[in-house]
Amino acid sequence: MSIELKNVMYTYSPGTSYEIHALKDIDLNIPDGQFIGVIGHTGSGKSTLIQHLNALIRPTSGTILYNGEDIWADKYDRKTLRSEVGLVFQYPEHQLFESDVLSDVCFGPMNQGKTREEAEAEARKALSQVGFKEKNYGKSPFELSGGQKKRVAIAGVLAMNPKILILDEPTAGLDPKGRDDILDQIAELHAARGITIILVSHSMEDIAKYVERLIVMNHGETVFDDTPKAVFSHYKELETMGLAAPQITYIMHALKEHGLDVDADATTVEEAKRSILAVLNENKSALLKAEGGCLDD
Amino acid sequence: MIRDITLGQYYPADSILHRLDPRTKLSGTLAFIISVFLFHTFPGYAVATVFLAVMIKISKVPVKFIFKGLKAILMILMITVVFNMVLTPGQILWKWGFLKITREGVDLAVRMAIRLIYLVIGSSIMTLTTTPNQLTDGLEKSLRPLNKIHVPVHEISMMMSIALRFIPILLEETDKIMKAQIARGAAFENGNLIQKAKNMIPLLVPLFISAFRRANDLAMAMEARCYHGGDHRTQMKPLKYAARDRIAYCILAGYLAIGIAFRVMGI
Repeated sequence: MSIELKNVMYTYSPGTSYEIHALKDIDLNIPDGQFIGVIGHTGSGKSTLIQHLNALIRPTSGTILYNGEDIWADKYDRKTLRSEVGLVFQYPEHQLFESDVLSDVCFGPMNQGKTREEAEAEARKALSQVGFKEKNYGKSPFELSGGQKKRVAIAGVLAMNPKILILDEPTAGLDPKGRDDILDQIAELHAARGITIILVSHSMEDIAKYVERLIVMNHGETVFDDTPKAVFSHYKELETMGLAAPQITYIMHALKEHGLDVDADATTVEEAKRSILAVLNENKSALLKAEGGCLDD
Repeated sequence: MIRDITLGQYYPADSILHRLDPRTKLSGTLAFIISVFLFHTFPGYAVATVFLAVMIKISKVPVKFIFKGLKAILMILMITVVFNMVLTPGQILWKWGFLKITREGVDLAVRMAIRLIYLVIGSSIMTLTTTPNQLTDGLEKSLRPLNKIHVPVHEISMMMSIALRFIPILLEETDKIMKAQIARGAAFENGNLIQKAKNMIPLLVPLFISAFRRANDLAMAMEARCYHGGDHRTQMKPLKYAARDRIAYCILAGYLAIGIAFRVMGI
């Protein structure tokens, strides 16, 4: 169940004065079960990239293989592909249309040919997995709060049982608590369903904590594709792309520059705390030893 | 997916046509449309063709863009041509069952096709070289005398410019909504007419909601900036005729005179 991109290029409005090369020669391999973050500045091509993964956009050149098959081959069943590679767009307003939440989430599974009962079962499962309360199932999707709309939108795709779930800016427009809730829920989904998750964001802080692999896009190219730790060690280059490493990376580097021997690769606050405490304890015991143990605690 | 509509799409370039006052271009388009109906012989069409070709040349808009607008009327054009050819009585050129093509029919069909194509190309040149805002400014100023008989000219032109401004936004929005629903397995092409209409619901509901939301936001933003209609409103860039506009009017007058002369003389 892997997606492979080979030399994928995409050009908007080719041959006109509005021509934009959104993707330039992208090579990418997305194996099963990974939790991937795609990060880049606005206009870096990340949204264009993910729309290639479920055949919403046809590349100008290059091939995309899903399980080794070319998804733009003549007889390829792209409808099935789209139900296996689920894509949740940034704005839930773009997909909510039914009169109640449950029916809206049923839309996807019913398009897959399921009966209303089967679809409802899938919808309930998906809604509960994104933490949407049952008492709100009958509400109109338009009277929900931003965070709840987002949950319904995610459930709407999740109910189709995708093997790969792609989320475009799932935290945009949410307050810090709503953001953490959604991201925690997505991480839980990853654990519970074992599906591949691709998280698109322009905020490092958001995804550093969750992903195991980070793809950094800039001007339509993949600049870095590595573990978050390895990517953040290039924090100076990230800055030139209008991105930033998590704040904790800066603190750790600053501490190191001032002579404290901490692990500068720490990416989360938790890791950083452990590293700093370890170093401080070491220093303290070294100090104690040097002064012959006559220093009071 | 739905981007190839040229009518009302500005092509940025730096040409004399782009710099002309929108009122001049409006009058020019009107003059050209009148001329297309004045000419009814092939020498006349030749004059119109030369005029159009020169305009295209000096507009600096790639010819490809100008002809793109014709795609939209292709169907109407075909129907017009076929019906004119088949239904005009006269000298029979070709016959098959009850279908017969007459000499007069072919003649009429060709004229109709020329007129239709020239009308669209003529107005496309105007919309390709004039931004929607300039266009409505031009309309507002040209129609201002109607204010005297209580026609809300400013309000109409404001509505027009807002509508024009919203077209690309809503197109883009439609594109996004379609993609979001296709990702959920929606099919917009399958089934019979009723099925197709039903399939549009997941597209239309979010689109309408977003259009209303945008309209609401815009109204609020306009009110926040104290917009209160046309009275005593001055413009940031008031329209003023320049020397090139006077020259353009002279050329237009000459062109129209040729059209009238041709008609009177029956050429």
